[in-house]
Amino acid sequence: MSQSLREVPSALAGEAVLEIAGLSVSVRGEDGEREVVSGLSLSLKRGETLCIAGESGSGKSMTALAIMQLLPQPAGRIAGGTIRLRDEDGSAVELTVLDERRMRDIRGDRIAMIFQEPMTSLNPVLSIGRQLTESIEAHTGVSQTEAKLRAVAALKAVRISEAESRLKQFPHELSGGMRQRVMIAMALALEPDVLIADEPTTALDVTVQGEVLELLRDLQRQHGTSVILITHDMGVVAEMADRVIVMRNGRMVEEGTTAAIFARPQAAYTRELLAAVPRIGSGARRRASGESDGAAMQDKVAVVKDLQVRFDLRGGFFGRVNRRVHAVEGISFSIAPNETLALVGESGCGKSTTAKALAGLVPYSGRVTIGGRELSRLGRDERKAVRRDVQMVFQDPYASLDPRMRVGELVAEPLLIHSIGSKEERRERVAALFERVGLSSEQMELYPHEFSGGQRQRICIARALALRPKLIIADESVSALDVSVQARVLDLLKELQREFGVAYLFISHDMAVVENVSDRVAVMYLGQIVEIGSRDQVFSNPRHPYTRRLIEAVPVPDPSLRRTRFARLEREIPSATRRIGESVPKLVLKDFGGGHFAAVGD
Amino acid sequence: MPVKPRAGVWRRLLKRPLALLGLFIVAIVLAGAILAPWLTGYDPNEQMFDGLTLEGSPLPPNAKFWLGTDLLGRDLLTRILFGARTSLIIGIVANGVALLIGTLVGVTAGYFRGWIGSALMRFTDLMMAFPALLLAICLAAVFEPSLWIVAMVIALVNWVQTARVIYTETSSLSEREFIDAERTIGASAPRILLRHILPHLLPTIIVWGTLGISTTVLLEATLSYLGIGVQPPTASWGNIIFENQTYFQAAPWLVFFPGAAILALALAFNLIGDALRDILDPTQRGRA
Repeated sequence: MSQSLREVPSALAGEAVLEIAGLSVSVRGEDGEREVVSGLSLSLKRGETLCIAGESGSGKSMTALAIMQLLPQPAGRIAGGTIRLRDEDGSAVELTVLDERRMRDIRGDRIAMIFQEPMTSLNPVLSIGRQLTESIEAHTGVSQTEAKLRAVAALKAVRISEAESRLKQFPHELSGGMRQRVMIAMALALEPDVLIADEPTTALDVTVQGEVLELLRDLQRQHGTSVILITHDMGVVAEMADRVIVMRNGRMVEEGTTAAIFARPQAAYTRELLAAVPRIGSGARRRASGESDGAAMQDKVAVVKDLQVRFDLRGGFFGRVNRRVHAVEGISFSIAPNETLALVGESGCGKSTTAKALAGLVPYSGRVTIGGRELSRLGRDERKAVRRDVQMVFQDPYASLDPRMRVGELVAEPLLIHSIGSKEERRERVAALFERVGLSSEQMELYPHEFSGGQRQRICIARALALRPKLIIADESVSALDVSVQARVLDLLKELQREFGVAYLFISHDMAVVENVSDRVAVMYLGQIVEIGSRDQVFSNPRHPYTRRLIEAVPVPDPSLRRTRFARLEREIPSATRRIGESVPKLVLKDFGGGHFAAVGD
Repeated sequence: MPVKPRAGVWRRLLKRPLALLGLFIVAIVLAGAILAPWLTGYDPNEQMFDGLTLEGSPLPPNAKFWLGTDLLGRDLLTRILFGARTSLIIGIVANGVALLIGTLVGVTAGYFRGWIGSALMRFTDLMMAFPALLLAICLAAVFEPSLWIVAMVIALVNWVQTARVIYTETSSLSEREFIDAERTIGASAPRILLRHILPHLLPTIIVWGTLGISTTVLLEATLSYLGIGVQPPTASWGNIIFENQTYFQAAPWLVFFPGAAILALALAFNLIGDALRDILDPTQRGRA
């Protein structure tokens, strides 16, 4: 259902509040000055939401910083163009020539900004109240009591409960979603004309993301604020935007209304971008569900039974263990050869800890059987041999390769460690792996920093493949990549599965990606599996309310499916930290037939 | 073509003017130390009759004694040349051993943590809290003073700071994802430490190594001054300064020249260390 025009005072509707003409931004780097935004022109109307969409390096964030006159100093500068901020009576201020003191008056008061990372954009040593009232006092000069009243009102506006007592809290006492709401409260407390939101929900869980987006939309409707929303997520664009600008390499590729961009994209790049976006329901048909279920236990690549991981928290004067984080609380699943099992859930649900336990990075209790051999019964050397069959691809391709080694050496390293082949054979095998994952063997001599994110993830995949493992754990392996790159890496993973028959444990928070790649899906919540079944069972017929909420919360990259209300959590996700001796209610999974299990009675 | 990560380090070092300057200074000091007996006609310990004025004051630099003479009428240039032997041994050997102990302790404690790590770091803290000079005096009192004993004493006192710094860096490195990635491919602890952690510590080790040279040379001087270092009349840069420092006003050259020598040596190692750090870091490749 498409949303009708917002209720903006009719006299002002359609009038531009911010006009950018021919904006160019340059950043001086090691190898001279580089233009990161070139000749960008746009106008933002009163009460409008304009989305700037693009992949990393497209110049969208630089545009936002240029408007705020907050370009990184001394490297960044505005090389040309004008940025005009228009008043309600029609008079305009030229921001590019404004001195710092007058710009400070505009920042926060007339143009406010919220950033991606709510964890780092609040000052950790000041209370929420202090940070809120500070900006109100600075810009309006009202008394302290008046500022406090306004701060409480602002917190209430972003639907934070017990607003008065929250003022005394510090950022670390709030969850990520709450912090981002505080940021929005700070940004909107002064009722700015323009709000710039730079990837405001990217760091948040999907159920929280929905809430924050809805909140932004409601507040905008009430105040008639104009919003520039910067995002890489076409789902968020479809959900929020009136108009869209698609940027690439610092240039505007296409501009249009949201409906037009999604229905009839003109530029080839926009079409590619939209085609690469994973959508729920577009996953290719996979093997019929239940096909692998008949296989005997011995044929399974991995069988996990009652896996438990707990971390001790020490506290008190003597540093005794007084609490435990129950990260993974007795989960069981199995993976067949050639199968992809997806493990989904939100941050803190224990999915990454499960991966680490399987890869042998954290101690666990429970039974893990790989290729028919149970790990706890094996000696050290045997265990090392079995571990060869389980390899891992990490989330951040920038962090998971040793920056001081050549990529050829890195890919050859697993072979070297397990003494496979002669030096020449290893070299040939690494060269073949490079070709297989879509790189050239000449690139073996380079260092990791000389590659892009997608290429690095290919190197990590080549490295994981080097030992011909039976199972590859992909822990959020495509989350850090741009959508177009993401799609190509996912294709590569699928190809490799067909070719080598490798099984994947695919860990992700992104329901759309999961729907595209998985054969079976397990949904985790607070360290336990609440639902497991084939992809079709879980997505078309979710039995657990949490699964339903996860699926509903995903923004759909189609403006005609825009929602008016997002599914809202009744409460924050509880913590998995428990006192010693506190019992954990164990979920009982009910069989819904055909290998579909879900917890009931929660 | 085999992969050679260190290929051409020497060649690239020679391309940097500042590193070249550093190498040049070190070469001069080294040559001076080795060739001292042939470079000067004097004996370093010979108190010359014409080395003092009639009143018994040392001579300022002149045509006969290029850098002047000291309080006992000995040729300062000769003493600095011979002193270079002592100071180089102290600065390189003592400092090297200290660096080795510090790195070993820091890396072990930082990577393995647990009770080994705690025990090692508590011991390091204890050593740090103990006045270094007092410790050196105790150690020096136990052993018969000689150049090598002094070097060892200095090493035993100086490793603590290095250990602390290396410990902190190792523990944050061990948390990095690529170390986890190494574990998942089955890399053993020694392999991770030598191939993946040590190369990242190199810049720190180099910086501490170069900083340590001046510290150790001066510590040796202090020990000499207290009578437990290199025994007189053997010259070292440190004890030349200490012997003469009270006459700084009257005979400034006696402190200036050995001081300048220490400074130049420390600076030279610093320049080389700086260049090495950049050259060994592949992410800096191609940048001047």
